Amino acid sequence: MLNLAELWEYRELLFFFVWRDVKVRYKQTVLGAAWAIIQPLTTTFAFAILFGRFGGMAKQVAGPYALHVFIGMLPWTFFANAVSLASNSLIGSSNLISKVYFPRILIPVSAIAAGLVDFAISFGVLLVLMAVYGVAPSWAMLTLPAFLAGTMISAAGAGILFAALIVTYRDVRYVMTFVLQLWLFGTPVLYTLDIIPAQWHRLYALNPMVGMIAGFRVGVLGGRFPLDLILISSVTGLLLCTVGVRYFLHMERRFADVI
Amino acid sequence: MSSDAIVIERLGKRYTIGLTPVGDTTLGESLTNWFTGPWRRFNRMAGRGEKATQFWALKDISFRVGVGEVIGIVGPNGAGKSTLLKVLSRITPPTEGYVDLTGRVSSLLEVGTGFHPELTGRENVFLNGAILGMFRTEILRKFDAIVAFAELEQFIDTPVKHYSSGMFVRLAFSVAAHLEPEILIVDEVLSVGDLHFRNRCLGRMQDLRDEGRTVLFVSHDLTSVRQLCTRALMLNRGHLVDDGTPSEITRRYERMYQDSSENTSGAADRTHPPRDYHLRRVELRNAAGAVSGHFDAGDVVDIHLWSSGRAPENSYTAEFKLLNSDDRVISFGSANPVRDTYFLAEHQHFVCRLGPLPLTEGAYAFSFTVGVWNKERWDFWAKAIGLTIGRCDLFATGHGIANVNDGDFVIQQEWLAGD
Repeated sequence: MLNLAELWEYRELLFFFVWRDVKVRYKQTVLGAAWAIIQPLTTTFAFAILFGRFGGMAKQVAGPYALHVFIGMLPWTFFANAVSLASNSLIGSSNLISKVYFPRILIPVSAIAAGLVDFAISFGVLLVLMAVYGVAPSWAMLTLPAFLAGTMISAAGAGILFAALIVTYRDVRYVMTFVLQLWLFGTPVLYTLDIIPAQWHRLYALNPMVGMIAGFRVGVLGGRFPLDLILISSVTGLLLCTVGVRYFLHMERRFADVI
Repeated sequence: MSSDAIVIERLGKRYTIGLTPVGDTTLGESLTNWFTGPWRRFNRMAGRGEKATQFWALKDISFRVGVGEVIGIVGPNGAGKSTLLKVLSRITPPTEGYVDLTGRVSSLLEVGTGFHPELTGRENVFLNGAILGMFRTEILRKFDAIVAFAELEQFIDTPVKHYSSGMFVRLAFSVAAHLEPEILIVDEVLSVGDLHFRNRCLGRMQDLRDEGRTVLFVSHDLTSVRQLCTRALMLNRGHLVDDGTPSEITRRYERMYQDSSENTSGAADRTHPPRDYHLRRVELRNAAGAVSGHFDAGDVVDIHLWSSGRAPENSYTAEFKLLNSDDRVISFGSANPVRDTYFLAEHQHFVCRLGPLPLTEGAYAFSFTVGVWNKERWDFWAKAIGLTIGRCDLFATGHGIANVNDGDFVIQQEWLAGD
C-alpha cells in the first residue's frame, strides 16, 4: 500500500519537482504563460465556430455556446495535459530513477500538480470571458475546487497507470494519445449533457470526467447540480485512481531494472 | 564497533536477459508471450527449445558494517559492485536475501543527478539538494558554504547550460559534499574531474571518516582505498570473495587482476586485454641509448612506449605512475595536462625523458595509461616494467640511501651550521 509516512517525509522533494516543472516549462517556451491562455481560447473558438455555427450546437444550449465550451475546456485541458505529462514523466526521468531512491510516484504526481499553474491562468481568462458575456459570479463557484479535485484524482489515476505501463511497454504511449482523443468525444466538453438521452446519463457518468465537467458548468453558469452523476463520477474517479496507484506500486520496484 | 550500520544477509540479485519478461519492450510482445507462454513452458518441460538466460549479478552476499567503518569495494568490471550499491540505495530490489541499514542514508552514484540545464546554479543547488535528501531549511543554511566551496559566487544565477563541465562538476560535488548522512554510499565519483577536484573529494571523504560516519565506496583507485578505508571487500562475478584490511585486499586484487608481470616487454598476456588498441611494448633506456632496468640515482631515463594500431582519436595522453616496493604510487607524469603535449591518432611511439632520478636504492615499477585525460582510459598497463636503483649517492659522499629505511626520495639539501 501507499506508504503515507514516507510520502510525507518526501513532501519537499515533491514541491521541488513541481517547482522545477513549472520553471522549466516557462523558461523553455517563448510565450511562457501565454500558452495557458492561447491554447484553451483558440480551441474554444475553433470549436465554437465549427460546432456552434455550422453544427447548430449553439441553438441547443442555454446561454453563450462559446462560454459553455470554454468552461468544459478548462478542466478538460488540465486533465488531458496532466494525463499526457504524467504518462511520459517516468521515462523522462530515467536517469533519476536509476541513480537515486525516492518514492517514484512523486514524478507523475508532480507532473499533474504543475498543471495547476496553467489551470489558474486559464481560470483568469474564464473570469474575463464571464465579464464579457455578462455572467455574474455566484456562490456556486465555491464548489469549483471540489470539481477540480475530482478532475485531479481522475487525472492521477489515468496518468499514474499509463506512466507505469509505459515504463514496461513503450508502445502504450500511442495508446494513451488515442485514448485521450476518444475520451474527449465521450465527455461533454464540446456539447452539454442535454443532447444525451436522460436514461443514459447515469451510465454515461461512469466516465469520471462527465460529473466533474457537469459540475463546473453548473458552478459557473448556475442551475441544479446533477448530484447523482457527480456521485457516480466521483466513485469511478476514485476507483480509477486506486487501480492506477496500486498497479504503479506493484511495478515500482522494477522500474530501475527496466527503464 | 558497538552496533551495525549495515547488515546484509544472503543477498542475491538476478537479472533476466533475453527472451522472457522483466522487460518486454512492447505490449504486443507481452501479449504474444502470454499467448505462446504455455507452449513454450511445455517445450521447456519437454526439454526442448529456448531457455531464458538468467544471470546473478549478486549471489549469496553477506556482511556487516559497523558504525564508523569506511569500506572500500574493489573488483573487476562486471563484478557486481554497482549493483550492490544500487540495492543498498534501494534503487533496485534484491531478488533474495535482505538488507538492513540503520541511520540516514545518502547515496551518491553520480554527481549532479537531476541537474537541469535550464535552471540556474542557485536553483539547481536546491533541486539537487532535495533529490539527495536534504531539507529546504538545511540547504538554505548551507547555501553560502556550498557556493563558496564550488567557487562559483559570480555565476550562481547563470543557467547551468552555460557552465563549463568543470564548473558543473564543482557545483554538483559541492552540493554532495555538504550532505551529512549517517551512512554514505559512493560510486566511483572520485574518478571524475581534475586532480585538484579529486583531492578535494578525498579530503571530504577523510572528514566524513573522521566524523565517525559510515561510508561504503566503490573505487578502481586502489590508492584511495588504501588511504581512506578501514576495511575492504573484493567482489568477483557477483560473489564476495575477500574481506580484510585495505592493504591486504588491494594487494591481492592487484595480484589477481592486474598481472604484476615483472618482465620488461611483451604485453600480450595482460589479464585485461584491451580492445583493438593497446600498449604493446615498453623499454627503459639509459643516457647511452642502451636498454636497461638498472640505474643509479641522478641518472636520466628515457621511457619508450609503443602502442599497437591507430588510436581511437586525436589529442590523447600517455601517463605513467611510479610505484615503490610497497606498491604505492609515489609519482605521476603525463603528456597532458602535466606537460601540455598531445598525441595524434597515428602516433605509436612515445618517449618520456625522466630525470635526474631522485630515488633511493631499491626496486620500483612503472604503470602506464593511454587515453583521453579525464575522459577515457583505453589501456592501463599495471606494473609494466621494473626499475632498479642500484646506488643512491647523489652528493658523492660514499654513503648510500636505501628505500628500506629512508623513504623513496632524496630531496636536494644543503646543511649549514646555524649561529
